[in-house]
Amino acid sequence: MNADTEASAWVKSRSRIWGEWLAQSQTRAHRLDVETAQRHIERYRALARDLATARRLLPGSRATAALEALYVGAHASIDRSARNTAATLLRLLRDDIPAVVVSLRPTILWLGLLLFASAAAGWWMISTYPDLITLVASEKMIDGVEHGRLWTEGMLNVAPASIVSVRILSNNIVVSLFAFCAGIFFGLGAFYITAINGLMLGAMFAFTHQFGIDGELLKFVLAHGPVELSVMCIAGAAGTALGESLIRPSAPTRRESFQREASRVARALLACGLLLIGCGLIEGFISPNPTVSLATRAIIGFGYWGFMLLFLSGRLFGRNLRPKTV
Amino acid sequence: MDREQLRISGLTGVDVALDIAGVGSRSYAFIIDWHIRLLLALAWLCGAWLLVRIIGVALWPPAANSRLLGIVEVAPAIGIYLFYHLVLEVLMRGRTPGKRRAGVRLVTRNGGTPGLGALLIRNIFRLVDSLPFFYVVGLTSCFITEQRVRIGDLAAGTLLVVDSDAAAKTLAQLGSMVAHSGLAPALVELIHDLLERWESLDTGKRDELARAILARADTASPTAQLAALNDAQLLQRLQQRLQSGRTDHA
Repeated sequence: MNADTEASAWVKSRSRIWGEWLAQSQTRAHRLDVETAQRHIERYRALARDLATARRLLPGSRATAALEALYVGAHASIDRSARNTAATLLRLLRDDIPAVVVSLRPTILWLGLLLFASAAAGWWMISTYPDLITLVASEKMIDGVEHGRLWTEGMLNVAPASIVSVRILSNNIVVSLFAFCAGIFFGLGAFYITAINGLMLGAMFAFTHQFGIDGELLKFVLAHGPVELSVMCIAGAAGTALGESLIRPSAPTRRESFQREASRVARALLACGLLLIGCGLIEGFISPNPTVSLATRAIIGFGYWGFMLLFLSGRLFGRNLRPKTV
Repeated sequence: MDREQLRISGLTGVDVALDIAGVGSRSYAFIIDWHIRLLLALAWLCGAWLLVRIIGVALWPPAANSRLLGIVEVAPAIGIYLFYHLVLEVLMRGRTPGKRRAGVRLVTRNGGTPGLGALLIRNIFRLVDSLPFFYVVGLTSCFITEQRVRIGDLAAGTLLVVDSDAAAKTLAQLGSMVAHSGLAPALVELIHDLLERWESLDTGKRDELARAILARADTASPTAQLAALNDAQLLQRLQQRLQSGRTDHA
């Protein structure tokens, strides 16, 4: 039998089963029973045999390329972890996020320190050189403060609380994402964003202090500020971890190290996003509302901060922090 | 120039290689997607604006209308623009309309379909890739990295490869054509390829190719007879040869 005849006979004998495989590959497999999963594995093995034969009989042909494509699809459907959305989500919230936060704890503390140092620098800068406020505040804001009014006053007259909330939370999420992504510049981007935010905060407090309305500003930020600033430090720490993975790779190559670290610390970023939704709602509904007293704001602010600690430690989802005794 | 390839080690010992898409395919896909998402967002803006203006004026006072405009019109349009890639890549298993048009798709480093987490990371890093304008950072990264990836791909562990799913779809067709025509698989593929490209080829060139192939496939037909056939007759002869294994010599 010559090669062409052998190839023809083989293709003829396999064409029906290839049609079946193709139809099967087009349907998405969600919850497979054991029997169907077994059939998938058998199909994968049979595809490997056919691909090896096709490479021998029909090298470089369209049939071989098609079998390769089918084989890659079958490989992808087999070589993956089992999907269980509820269990994965619980593991993420209870185990994965707390583990990442614990590993980032020293960096979070250092960034917290950087934030406060920058805030102190901002305070000193505006107290010493008041004219520099134009670097951090708009004309409108400066004008308002000079007339004894905070720029946050009447925020709810311009737009409803829901729109204010959405605008604020999306802005905060973008800032946090940027603090994370900017970590790729060897961590310097994360430092920069944390420092600049601290500087602006300190500068604005110093500026409002000069006109005796710093208490009003404190009242405004008290309900949402503790979590918002903590989240910024966490996002910055995640970004710093990215930078560190490039400077001191923990895998054979920098690419692998970066990829591993990005997928690990991104979990903390997910927690940040969820916490910032709460911050946005507080900042839209409670912070600009003049009828909410300082005590209520303090209770909300520190209560939410406590909730954040429970959330990030996994205790909210049943994580037991005490080591198991044997 | 040889394409970079992603080698996938099969669990059966049979390995395969996927061609990694170049910067051209990536940019082409992005430009198509950018136009689609821009048009979708604009279409939403116009549609919602008209609806709010026509229905809203009759139902609500003007102040409520301006709030409604913000919620119904602007927010979804921004959502469409920002989440276009993420949503479609999840729903279309690593593809978007632009990627499909460019013949590329996203895969993980072991050839699998990327999960939600990886796609989320990949899209978050657009913030850096798009810096300072027109994706300069992302494009530079594509030019300097071995596997032509942007920073988002590096972080998510994804790659843009040439999509071979279309090739898979021809498999059953090829099998049945070989069975019906009685020709060698290589010859069937040759005829199939020529028929696929028929319209795009120059008439003289395709007739020349058709005669050469028919001379091999249909040894009973003398060369002089093939030379006398016109373009339409050659096309018909090729189709007949592929479908039934017989040619109508009448």
